[in-house]
Amino acid sequence: MSTASSSPAPRANSNASALLLLLKLRTFIALIVVTLFFALMAPNFVSVANAIIISKHVAINAILAIGMTYVILTGGIDLSVGSIVGLTGMVAGGLLAHGLQLPMLGIIVYPNVLEVVAIALLVGTAIGAINGLLVTKLGVAPFIATLGTLYVARGAALLLSGGSTFSNLVGKEELGNQGYPIIGSGNVLGIPVSIIILIVLALVAAYVAQRTPFGRKVYAVGGNERAAALSGVRVDRIKIAVYMISGFCAAVVGLIVSSQLVASHPASGETFELNAIAAAVLGGTSLSGGRGLIGGTIIGAFVIGVLSDGLVMMGVSEFWQMVIKGLVIIAAVVLDQLQRRLAANTRQ
Amino acid sequence: MSQVVFSAKGITKAFPGTLALQDVDFEVHAGAVNVLIGENGAGKSTLMKILAGVEQPTLGTMTMEGNSVRFDSIRDAASKGIGIVFQELNLCPNLSVTENIFLGRDITKAGIHIDRAAQTRRTAELMGRLEHDIDPSALVGDLMIGEQQIVEIAKALAEDARILIMDEPTSALSASEVEVLFKVIGELKRAGVAIIYISHRLEELIRIGDYFTVLRDGRLAATAARENVTIPWIIEKMLGSEEVVAKRPPAIQAGPPILSVDHLSLPGRGHALALDNLSVSFRPGEITAIYGLLGAGRTELFESLYGLRPNARGSVRLDGVELAGHSVNRRMKSGLLLVPEDRQRDGLVQNLSVGGNLGLASLRRFTRYFSISKAHEAPLLEQIIKQLHIKTAGADAPITSLSGGNQQKVVIGKSLLTEPRVLLLDEPSRGIDIGAKAEVFSTMRDLADQGLCIVYTTSDLKETHAVADRILVMAYGRITADLRAEEASDEALVRASTLKPETALA
Repeated sequence: MSTASSSPAPRANSNASALLLLLKLRTFIALIVVTLFFALMAPNFVSVANAIIISKHVAINAILAIGMTYVILTGGIDLSVGSIVGLTGMVAGGLLAHGLQLPMLGIIVYPNVLEVVAIALLVGTAIGAINGLLVTKLGVAPFIATLGTLYVARGAALLLSGGSTFSNLVGKEELGNQGYPIIGSGNVLGIPVSIIILIVLALVAAYVAQRTPFGRKVYAVGGNERAAALSGVRVDRIKIAVYMISGFCAAVVGLIVSSQLVASHPASGETFELNAIAAAVLGGTSLSGGRGLIGGTIIGAFVIGVLSDGLVMMGVSEFWQMVIKGLVIIAAVVLDQLQRRLAANTRQ
Repeated sequence: MSQVVFSAKGITKAFPGTLALQDVDFEVHAGAVNVLIGENGAGKSTLMKILAGVEQPTLGTMTMEGNSVRFDSIRDAASKGIGIVFQELNLCPNLSVTENIFLGRDITKAGIHIDRAAQTRRTAELMGRLEHDIDPSALVGDLMIGEQQIVEIAKALAEDARILIMDEPTSALSASEVEVLFKVIGELKRAGVAIIYISHRLEELIRIGDYFTVLRDGRLAATAARENVTIPWIIEKMLGSEEVVAKRPPAIQAGPPILSVDHLSLPGRGHALALDNLSVSFRPGEITAIYGLLGAGRTELFESLYGLRPNARGSVRLDGVELAGHSVNRRMKSGLLLVPEDRQRDGLVQNLSVGGNLGLASLRRFTRYFSISKAHEAPLLEQIIKQLHIKTAGADAPITSLSGGNQQKVVIGKSLLTEPRVLLLDEPSRGIDIGAKAEVFSTMRDLADQGLCIVYTTSDLKETHAVADRILVMAYGRITADLRAEEASDEALVRASTLKPETALA
């Protein structure tokens, strides 16, 4: 119907659709433009070593942004991820440095690294589950519920060590808990482990979002919750699940960050949630839910990462970096609005 | 014969694609109740919106007390003496009675300081005039629905309305509240106010109406004064005689009951019951229409059957299996499906494609291992698109590119893909054109002939006859008539739809 009615002006229409395509690919184009810019302006920007460094930085934000995208797709938001990064890092660090103390039995259990990782992931996922339960069963607005867990988790992280850092998390041979630094600093076939984790998570997340019933239900819940419920989608379960995914991703990041530093600091991960939201939005995820792609989010995270590392290499001050980052996010949202208006017009 | 204060001549209103009103004349008599009747979609609301300044007529003239008038906005109409009480209450529950009445036209000192004392005094006066001792400072949200209606009327009167439009004012009121409203109307009449009254409750209209105007399909069907009006006359003028769609007889015999409802009750607003101890059963191969007025409990019945009303009490059995306590999901799996009335709000997910919407309720059917198998999904979608004659560029087209009728077919198609045994359709023909209606009805017959049990609701009398084999009428949460389609006369159905609980069938 749309093509038939707009046939009198095929020229204008093809221009409009070309523009629409450009707008759709805007994040990708932005990534190329930003990369080319720094390649010309910053010495040593184009090198394998630098690409790996940037990717390692990006991995942290991108993994958080994957979980965030799922939450935002259902129309929610998760502000607690930064605090979960801090808390899970502290849980892992505490277990490695001081073991699990069981005063009743008078013993200290030292779990091995795999067990530590499993416990930290469980903690992050459980906090996500609490977020989900607050949002669904108690009807707390996502913004408020996760703002609450932001404080609680950060406070818990500080309480674990009384505010101090667990350092030198290399483990001891006699305790059998060595090997933790591999997560953050190890390489497989020359590729850093954290980047491999990002690639695996991104592929799984994109597959789940696009090709599984769960993914389709996530989009349906974000698009029209009532219609989804009437179609037999158990909306509460879907919502709880996405917060659990987000908590899990945050725990992964908590492990990577503390492993990279070989130390866990309770303030680690502060404001990470904002970067994750920015990456999702930059990648075309609509905050009202139902629209967005994991691939877009990953590209969004790379735009932010390339931008900040490039600006550092050019010697631009940190203050100007913040201003530029903010402007880029605003521009992304403005372009998104433009695209939607244009799409609505060409459809008529 | 009382004096005509307002008259509209040759009013035509065109909306994109449709003519809502065509060449309608309407006269309003002072100190009288001027009744406006018509089926849903006959143009009553559009005409009232034009009178109240909400819409402007495409063609036609309006005169008020001999002078030609036009209203640019609802404020403009109000300042010229036309007040309107909308069908849905337009009050802010978080504000007080006084604040609601003076919303947007506060009495101020020096233009900025709200003169609360004066407003409260004026509100108390208005309440006195309406013989209601509602506290002017009470929060509207704390009032009963009937009291809120009084506040709405007070709001209209606050500007000394000489013409007061009431659009279905009794639809949410209890019997005693209706009596109070009629008393208020009587007083307003004596004070010379012209009242324009819209309602579906024919008994009510006969009781208080002085002048009657009937609309049908956007045209003036008839006008008459009180002494010449009877209920059969109204029904005849309202419905006309032509058929909506040619009816097809059922191809198969209806089987034994598949869905049985026993003593189903559901609390409503206030003390009333939305469903009042209702028992009924439905058979496969049969199409049952449930006719009733707004608020009769039809949607509540469907939602209770579908598990959306957790506080419903009673028994619902599908093939002998008790469904009480089962979630929507489990009810769907056992073969019960609801096609909701408001497809934009409840039926469609706008960000998904046609195929995404069609498949949403039956993802398990084409899931292999953990993922949606396009190879299994595509043929099923193609088949349903073909079966229902959905006009779309393909399963990947955006749902928003479809017309209303085709969107409705997508919602029905989504239900069919779950392979239901009982299909509940809430107002399936709402908001779609006549051709699409015929196709939807024809689809319903096809499905019944395949052995499905089909139940649908409608507020359009002609549509009860269009497909149904059996017609139920609901009023006040009860079933007030249960007839074979060939035995059901329009008059019997209309009368049953306004039966008060005292007289209803058990």
